[in-house]
Amino acid sequence: MIGKIYGTGAYTPSNYYHNNDLAKMVDTNDEWIRERTGIVRRHIIKEDTTVSMASKAAKRALQDAQITADEVDLILVSTISSNVILPCAACEVQRELGAVNATCFDLSAACSGFVFAYNTAQAYIASGMYNTILIIGSESLSNLVDWEDRGTCILFGDGAGAAVLKGVEGELTPCVTYSDGVKGGVLTCESRHQKNWEEKMKDKSTYVYMDGKGVFKFAVKKVPEMIHELLDKAGLEVEDIDWFILHQANKRIIESVAKRLKVDIAKFPMNIEEYGNTSSASIPILLDEMNRKGMLKEGQRAVLAGFGAGLSWGASLINW
Amino acid sequence: MLEKVKNIVAEGLGVDVADLAAETTFESLGADSLDLMDMVMSFEDEFGVEIDTEAIGGLKTIGDVVVYIEGLQK
Repeated sequence: MIGKIYGTGAYTPSNYYHNNDLAKMVDTNDEWIRERTGIVRRHIIKEDTTVSMASKAAKRALQDAQITADEVDLILVSTISSNVILPCAACEVQRELGAVNATCFDLSAACSGFVFAYNTAQAYIASGMYNTILIIGSESLSNLVDWEDRGTCILFGDGAGAAVLKGVEGELTPCVTYSDGVKGGVLTCESRHQKNWEEKMKDKSTYVYMDGKGVFKFAVKKVPEMIHELLDKAGLEVEDIDWFILHQANKRIIESVAKRLKVDIAKFPMNIEEYGNTSSASIPILLDEMNRKGMLKEGQRAVLAGFGAGLSWGASLINW
Repeated sequence: MLEKVKNIVAEGLGVDVADLAAETTFESLGADSLDLMDMVMSFEDEFGVEIDTEAIGGLKTIGDVVVYIEGLQK
Protein backbone atom coordinates (compact mmCIF):
# COMPACT_ATOMS: atom_id res chain seq x y z
CA MET A 1 0.00 0.00 0.00
CA ILE A 2 1.03 3.57 -0.61
CA GLY A 3 -0.53 6.80 0.57
CA LYS A 4 -1.69 8.89 -2.38
CA ILE A 5 -2.30 12.61 -1.92
CA TYR A 6 -6.04 13.03 -2.46
CA GLY A 7 -6.25 16.69 -1.55
CA THR A 8 -4.35 19.71 -0.27
CA GLY A 9 -5.27 22.87 1.58
CA ALA A 10 -3.58 25.95 3.01
CA TYR A 11 -4.37 28.97 5.11
CA THR A 12 -2.37 32.08 5.83
CA PRO A 13 -3.48 35.08 7.87
CA SER A 14 -4.62 38.07 5.79
CA ASN A 15 -2.51 40.43 7.87
CA TYR A 16 0.99 40.85 6.43
CA TYR A 17 4.10 42.99 6.82
CA HIS A 18 6.21 44.25 3.92
CA ASN A 19 9.98 44.60 4.26
CA ASN A 20 9.42 48.35 4.48
CA ASP A 21 7.30 47.82 7.60
CA LEU A 22 10.14 45.91 9.27
CA ALA A 23 12.60 48.63 8.26
CA LYS A 24 10.70 50.89 10.67
CA MET A 25 11.23 48.42 13.53
CA VAL A 26 14.85 47.28 13.07
CA ASP A 27 17.88 48.54 11.15
CA THR A 28 17.30 46.90 7.78
CA ASN A 29 15.90 47.72 4.34
CA ASP A 30 13.84 46.24 1.53
CA GLU A 31 16.74 45.79 -0.89
CA TRP A 32 18.95 44.05 1.68
CA ILE A 33 16.21 41.58 2.63
CA ARG A 34 15.15 40.86 -0.96
CA GLU A 35 18.68 40.25 -2.18
CA ARG A 36 19.74 37.97 0.63
CA THR A 37 16.52 36.04 1.21
CA GLY A 38 14.03 36.59 -1.62
CA ILE A 39 11.43 37.61 0.99
CA VAL A 40 9.19 40.65 0.46
CA ARG A 41 6.19 39.97 2.72
CA ARG A 42 5.37 37.68 5.61
CA HIS A 43 1.88 36.98 6.95
CA ILE A 44 1.52 37.35 10.71
CA ILE A 45 -1.37 36.18 12.89
CA LYS A 46 -3.70 38.59 14.64
CA GLU A 47 -6.79 36.69 15.74
CA ASP A 48 -5.60 33.34 14.40
CA THR A 49 -3.62 30.71 16.29
CA THR A 50 -1.56 27.71 15.21
CA VAL A 51 -4.63 25.55 15.86
CA SER A 52 -7.11 27.78 14.00
CA MET A 53 -4.83 27.99 10.96
CA ALA A 54 -4.29 24.22 11.03
CA SER A 55 -8.06 23.67 11.16
CA LYS A 56 -8.75 26.02 8.25
CA ALA A 57 -6.04 24.43 6.08
CA ALA A 58 -7.33 20.97 7.02
CA LYS A 59 -10.93 21.83 6.07
CA ARG A 60 -9.76 22.96 2.65
CA ALA A 61 -7.71 19.78 2.19
CA LEU A 62 -10.71 17.59 3.07
CA GLN A 63 -12.86 19.55 0.64
CA ASP A 64 -10.26 19.16 -2.10
CA ALA A 65 -9.99 15.43 -1.38
CA GLN A 66 -13.79 15.16 -1.34
CA ILE A 67 -13.82 13.14 1.86
CA THR A 68 -15.73 13.79 5.04
CA ALA A 69 -14.07 14.40 8.40
CA ASP A 70 -15.39 11.13 9.88
CA GLU A 71 -13.41 9.16 7.28
CA VAL A 72 -10.09 10.36 8.71
CA ASP A 73 -8.22 7.69 10.72
CA LEU A 74 -5.27 9.78 11.87
CA ILE A 75 -4.53 13.49 12.25
CA LEU A 76 -0.87 14.35 12.47
CA VAL A 77 0.07 17.98 13.15
CA SER A 78 3.65 19.06 12.65
CA THR A 79 4.42 22.18 14.68
CA ILE A 80 7.06 23.82 16.85
CA SER A 81 4.88 26.79 17.70
CA SER A 82 1.54 25.51 18.96
CA ASN A 83 -0.59 27.78 21.13
CA VAL A 84 -1.56 24.71 23.15
CA ILE A 85 0.46 22.00 24.84
CA LEU A 86 -2.57 20.21 26.28
CA PRO A 87 -4.48 18.94 24.47
CA CYS A 88 -2.22 18.52 21.47
CA ALA A 89 -2.93 20.66 18.40
CA ALA A 90 -4.12 17.59 16.46
CA CYS A 91 -6.91 16.96 19.02
CA GLU A 92 -8.00 20.58 18.76
CA VAL A 93 -8.12 20.24 14.97
CA GLN A 94 -10.12 17.02 15.38
CA ARG A 95 -12.69 18.91 17.44
CA GLU A 96 -12.92 21.71 14.89
CA LEU A 97 -13.40 19.27 12.02
CA GLY A 98 -15.60 16.77 13.83
CA ALA A 99 -13.18 14.02 12.81
CA VAL A 100 -14.59 11.74 15.49
CA ASN A 101 -12.91 8.53 14.27
CA ALA A 102 -9.38 9.92 14.14
CA THR A 103 -6.45 9.27 16.44
CA CYS A 104 -4.51 12.50 16.93
CA PHE A 105 -1.03 13.53 17.90
CA ASP A 106 1.60 16.17 17.15
CA LEU A 107 5.08 15.84 15.76
CA SER A 108 8.00 18.22 16.32
CA ALA A 109 10.78 18.29 13.74
CA ALA A 110 10.95 22.01 12.84
CA CYS A 111 11.37 22.75 9.15
CA SER A 112 11.66 19.06 8.29
CA GLY A 113 8.37 18.43 10.09
CA PHE A 114 6.06 18.12 7.11
CA VAL A 115 8.35 15.67 5.31
CA PHE A 116 8.72 13.65 8.51
CA ALA A 117 4.92 13.68 8.94
CA TYR A 118 4.49 12.57 5.33
CA ASN A 119 6.91 9.66 5.89
CA THR A 120 5.22 8.74 9.17
CA ALA A 121 1.85 8.67 7.40
CA GLN A 122 3.27 6.48 4.65
CA ALA A 123 4.65 4.02 7.21
CA TYR A 124 1.26 3.78 8.96
CA ILE A 125 -0.54 3.26 5.65
CA ALA A 126 1.97 0.61 4.52
CA SER A 127 1.57 -1.21 7.83
CA GLY A 128 -2.21 -1.22 7.50
CA MET A 129 -2.62 0.55 10.84
CA TYR A 130 -4.38 3.62 9.39
CA ASN A 131 -5.66 4.24 5.89
CA THR A 132 -6.84 7.85 5.64
CA ILE A 133 -4.46 10.35 7.17
CA LEU A 134 -4.57 14.11 7.47
CA ILE A 135 -1.11 15.67 7.79
CA ILE A 136 -0.77 19.33 8.66
CA GLY A 137 2.10 21.75 9.12
CA SER A 138 1.05 24.84 11.09
CA GLU A 139 3.29 27.51 12.57
CA SER A 140 3.05 30.85 14.36
CA LEU A 141 6.72 31.67 14.27
CA SER A 142 5.92 35.32 14.97
CA ASN A 143 5.41 34.17 18.58
CA LEU A 144 8.94 32.74 18.80
CA VAL A 145 11.12 35.30 17.06
CA ASP A 146 12.83 38.27 18.65
CA TRP A 147 11.34 41.28 16.85
CA GLU A 148 14.40 43.31 17.83
CA ASP A 149 16.87 40.93 16.15
CA ARG A 150 17.20 42.03 12.54
CA GLY A 151 19.16 38.86 11.70
CA THR A 152 16.18 36.59 12.29
CA CYS A 153 12.91 38.55 12.51
CA ILE A 154 12.96 39.38 8.80
CA LEU A 155 12.95 35.70 7.86
CA PHE A 156 9.88 34.14 9.39
CA GLY A 157 6.12 34.12 8.88
CA ASP A 158 2.96 32.33 9.97
CA GLY A 159 0.70 29.92 8.11
CA ALA A 160 -0.55 26.37 7.69
CA GLY A 161 -0.77 23.75 4.99
CA ALA A 162 -2.35 20.31 4.90
CA ALA A 163 -2.67 17.19 2.79
CA VAL A 164 -4.96 14.16 2.87
CA LEU A 165 -3.32 10.82 2.18
CA LYS A 166 -5.31 7.71 1.40
CA GLY A 167 -3.96 4.19 1.02
CA VAL A 168 -4.13 2.69 -2.46
CA GLU A 169 -2.56 -0.40 -4.06
CA GLY A 170 1.04 0.28 -4.98
CA GLU A 171 4.63 0.09 -3.86
CA LEU A 172 6.00 2.54 -1.32
CA THR A 173 8.21 5.22 -2.88
CA PRO A 174 11.55 5.83 -1.18
CA CYS A 175 12.43 8.48 1.38
CA VAL A 176 15.61 9.50 3.19
CA THR A 177 15.72 11.17 6.59
CA TYR A 178 18.49 12.28 8.92
CA SER A 179 18.98 14.05 12.24
CA ASP A 180 22.17 15.40 13.80
CA GLY A 181 21.70 16.63 17.35
CA VAL A 182 25.44 17.28 17.76
CA LYS A 183 25.20 20.23 15.35
CA GLY A 184 21.82 21.39 16.69
CA GLY A 185 23.25 24.57 18.23
CA VAL A 186 23.13 26.55 14.97
CA LEU A 187 19.35 26.95 15.19
CA THR A 188 17.66 26.90 18.58
CA CYS A 189 14.74 28.16 20.66
CA GLU A 190 14.27 27.16 24.28
CA SER A 191 10.90 26.45 25.84
CA ARG A 192 9.43 29.38 27.74
CA HIS A 193 8.12 27.13 30.47
CA GLN A 194 11.02 26.08 32.64
CA LYS A 195 11.94 25.75 36.32
CA ASN A 196 8.42 26.49 37.44
CA TRP A 197 9.21 25.05 40.86
CA GLU A 198 12.08 27.46 41.57
CA GLU A 199 10.80 30.53 39.79
CA LYS A 200 7.06 30.46 40.12
CA MET A 201 5.01 32.19 37.41
CA LYS A 202 8.12 33.27 35.53
CA ASP A 203 8.12 32.45 31.84
CA LYS A 204 11.53 32.62 30.26
CA SER A 205 11.71 35.00 27.33
CA THR A 206 13.58 32.89 24.86
CA TYR A 207 13.64 33.47 21.14
CA VAL A 208 14.81 31.82 17.97
CA TYR A 209 18.60 31.94 17.65
CA MET A 210 20.26 31.25 14.33
CA ASP A 211 23.84 31.01 13.11
CA GLY A 212 22.98 31.96 9.53
CA LYS A 213 26.30 30.89 8.01
CA GLY A 214 26.15 27.51 9.75
CA VAL A 215 22.58 26.90 8.61
CA PHE A 216 23.33 27.96 5.04
CA LYS A 217 26.31 25.62 4.88
CA PHE A 218 24.35 22.73 6.34
CA ALA A 219 21.45 23.15 3.92
CA VAL A 220 23.50 23.67 0.78
CA LYS A 221 25.66 20.64 1.60
CA LYS A 222 23.08 18.18 2.87
CA VAL A 223 20.06 18.87 0.65
CA PRO A 224 21.74 17.99 -2.68
CA GLU A 225 23.39 14.97 -1.03
CA MET A 226 20.10 13.59 0.24
CA ILE A 227 18.31 14.24 -3.06
CA HIS A 228 21.01 12.26 -4.87
CA GLU A 229 20.63 9.49 -2.31
CA LEU A 230 16.85 9.48 -2.72
CA LEU A 231 17.11 9.30 -6.50
CA ASP A 232 19.69 6.50 -6.29
CA LYS A 233 17.27 4.55 -4.11
CA ALA A 234 14.51 5.09 -6.66
CA GLY A 235 16.75 4.31 -9.64
CA LEU A 236 16.08 7.76 -11.09
CA GLU A 237 18.15 10.69 -12.34
CA VAL A 238 17.57 14.38 -11.60
CA GLU A 239 16.19 14.72 -15.15
CA ASP A 240 13.36 12.33 -14.24
CA ILE A 241 11.98 14.74 -11.63
CA ASP A 242 9.44 17.37 -12.64
CA TRP A 243 9.42 19.40 -9.41
CA PHE A 244 11.76 19.92 -6.49
CA ILE A 245 9.53 21.21 -3.71
CA LEU A 246 11.94 22.49 -1.08
CA HIS A 247 11.30 23.99 2.32
CA GLN A 248 11.08 27.73 1.70
CA ALA A 249 13.88 28.89 3.99
CA ASN A 250 15.75 31.28 1.75
CA LYS A 251 15.74 31.85 -2.01
CA ARG A 252 19.53 31.86 -2.08
CA ILE A 253 19.69 28.44 -0.41
CA ILE A 254 17.30 27.04 -3.01
CA GLU A 255 19.32 28.62 -5.83
CA SER A 256 22.55 27.12 -4.46
CA VAL A 257 20.92 23.69 -4.16
CA ALA A 258 19.65 23.90 -7.77
CA LYS A 259 23.11 24.91 -8.97
CA ARG A 260 24.75 22.00 -7.16
CA LEU A 261 22.20 19.53 -8.54
CA LYS A 262 22.71 21.08 -12.00
CA VAL A 263 18.97 21.44 -12.40
CA ASP A 264 17.13 24.41 -13.94
CA ILE A 265 15.86 26.71 -11.18
CA ALA A 266 12.46 26.70 -12.95
CA LYS A 267 11.92 23.21 -11.48
CA PHE A 268 12.16 24.70 -7.97
CA PRO A 269 8.87 26.46 -7.35
CA MET A 270 9.05 29.24 -4.74
CA ASN A 271 6.60 31.38 -2.82
CA ILE A 272 9.01 32.69 -0.18
CA GLU A 273 8.53 36.21 -1.54
CA GLU A 274 4.98 36.21 -0.14
CA TYR A 275 5.27 34.18 3.08
CA GLY A 276 8.87 34.09 4.29
CA ASN A 277 10.00 30.98 6.12
CA THR A 278 6.98 29.28 7.72
CA SER A 279 8.94 26.23 8.94
CA SER A 280 6.90 23.04 8.65
CA ALA A 281 4.04 24.88 6.93
CA SER A 282 6.11 26.02 3.94
CA ILE A 283 6.07 22.79 1.91
CA PRO A 284 2.32 22.09 2.21
CA ILE A 285 1.43 25.76 1.49
CA LEU A 286 3.53 25.57 -1.68
CA LEU A 287 2.17 22.13 -2.58
CA ASP A 288 -1.38 23.44 -2.27
CA GLU A 289 -0.57 26.48 -4.38
CA MET A 290 0.85 24.23 -7.13
CA ASN A 291 -2.09 21.84 -6.88
CA ARG A 292 -4.65 24.62 -7.23
CA LYS A 293 -2.81 26.22 -10.12
CA GLY A 294 -2.87 22.84 -11.93
CA MET A 295 0.94 22.68 -12.01
CA LEU A 296 0.98 19.10 -10.73
CA LYS A 297 -0.03 16.74 -13.51
CA GLU A 298 -0.91 13.08 -13.27
CA GLY A 299 2.18 10.93 -13.69
CA GLN A 300 4.61 13.69 -12.67
CA ARG A 301 7.30 13.03 -10.11
CA ALA A 302 8.12 15.48 -7.33
CA VAL A 303 10.72 15.50 -4.58
CA LEU A 304 9.72 17.02 -1.25
CA ALA A 305 12.75 18.17 0.75
CA GLY A 306 12.72 19.61 4.26
CA PHE A 307 15.72 20.76 6.30
CA GLY A 308 16.24 22.76 9.46
CA ALA A 309 16.61 22.76 13.21
CA GLY A 310 17.69 19.53 14.87
CA LEU A 311 19.57 19.50 12.74
CA SER A 312 17.16 17.49 10.65
CA TRP A 313 16.70 16.85 6.97
CA GLY A 314 14.55 14.56 4.88
CA ALA A 315 13.31 14.00 1.35
CA SER A 316 10.50 11.96 -0.17
CA LEU A 317 9.59 11.00 -3.70
CA ILE A 318 6.00 11.60 -4.77
CA ASN A 319 4.31 10.17 -7.83
CA TRP A 320 1.45 12.59 -8.47
CA MET B 1 45.78 26.86 -6.33
CA LEU B 2 45.28 30.55 -7.21
CA GLU B 3 43.96 29.64 -10.65
CA LYS B 4 41.49 27.13 -9.20
CA VAL B 5 40.24 29.65 -6.62
CA LYS B 6 39.88 32.27 -9.35
CA ASN B 7 37.88 29.86 -11.50
CA ILE B 8 35.49 29.11 -8.63
CA VAL B 9 35.04 32.82 -7.90
CA ALA B 10 34.46 33.57 -11.60
CA GLU B 11 31.84 30.85 -11.87
CA GLY B 12 30.22 31.67 -8.53
CA LEU B 13 29.80 35.38 -9.26
CA GLY B 14 29.48 35.22 -13.04
CA VAL B 15 32.54 37.42 -13.67
CA ASP B 16 35.43 37.12 -16.14
CA VAL B 17 38.34 35.14 -14.68
CA ALA B 18 40.76 37.50 -16.50
CA ASP B 19 39.57 40.32 -14.24
CA LEU B 20 40.55 38.47 -11.08
CA ALA B 21 43.83 38.67 -9.19
CA ALA B 22 45.08 37.67 -5.74
CA GLU B 23 44.43 41.23 -4.53
CA THR B 24 40.84 41.34 -5.81
CA THR B 25 38.45 41.86 -2.91
CA PHE B 26 35.11 40.10 -2.77
CA GLU B 27 33.54 43.42 -1.86
CA SER B 28 34.73 44.98 -5.13
CA LEU B 29 33.02 42.13 -6.99
CA GLY B 30 29.72 42.91 -5.26
CA ALA B 31 29.67 39.62 -3.36
CA ASP B 32 27.51 39.50 -0.24
CA SER B 33 27.84 37.08 2.68
CA LEU B 34 25.68 34.45 0.99
CA ASP B 35 27.73 34.57 -2.22
CA LEU B 36 30.81 34.09 -0.06
CA MET B 37 29.21 31.10 1.73
CA ASP B 38 28.31 29.56 -1.60
CA MET B 39 31.90 29.89 -2.79
CA VAL B 40 33.22 28.56 0.53
CA MET B 41 31.23 25.38 -0.13
CA SER B 42 32.82 25.11 -3.57
CA PHE B 43 36.32 25.68 -2.12
CA GLU B 44 35.65 22.90 0.39
CA ASP B 45 34.56 20.50 -2.34
CA GLU B 46 37.46 21.41 -4.62
CA PHE B 47 40.24 21.25 -2.04
CA GLY B 48 38.84 18.66 0.37
CA VAL B 49 39.05 20.97 3.41
CA GLU B 50 36.59 22.28 5.96
CA ILE B 51 36.53 26.06 6.35
CA ASP B 52 35.45 27.22 9.80
CA THR B 53 32.44 29.57 9.52
CA GLU B 54 34.16 31.83 12.10
CA ALA B 55 37.10 32.31 9.71
CA ILE B 56 34.98 33.34 6.73
CA GLY B 57 34.70 36.97 7.85
CA GLY B 58 38.49 37.29 7.58
CA LEU B 59 38.61 36.20 3.95
CA LYS B 60 38.53 39.55 2.18
CA THR B 61 40.48 38.81 -1.00
CA ILE B 62 41.08 35.87 -3.33
CA GLY B 63 44.66 35.76 -1.98
CA ASP B 64 43.30 35.43 1.59
CA VAL B 65 41.44 32.29 0.51
CA VAL B 66 44.57 30.80 -1.05
CA VAL B 67 46.65 31.47 2.07
CA TYR B 68 43.92 30.12 4.35
CA ILE B 69 43.42 26.90 2.40
CA GLU B 70 47.18 26.34 2.07
CA GLY B 71 47.37 26.67 5.86
CA LEU B 72 44.71 23.98 6.27
CA GLN B 73 46.48 21.64 3.88
CA LYS B 74 49.82 21.74 5.75
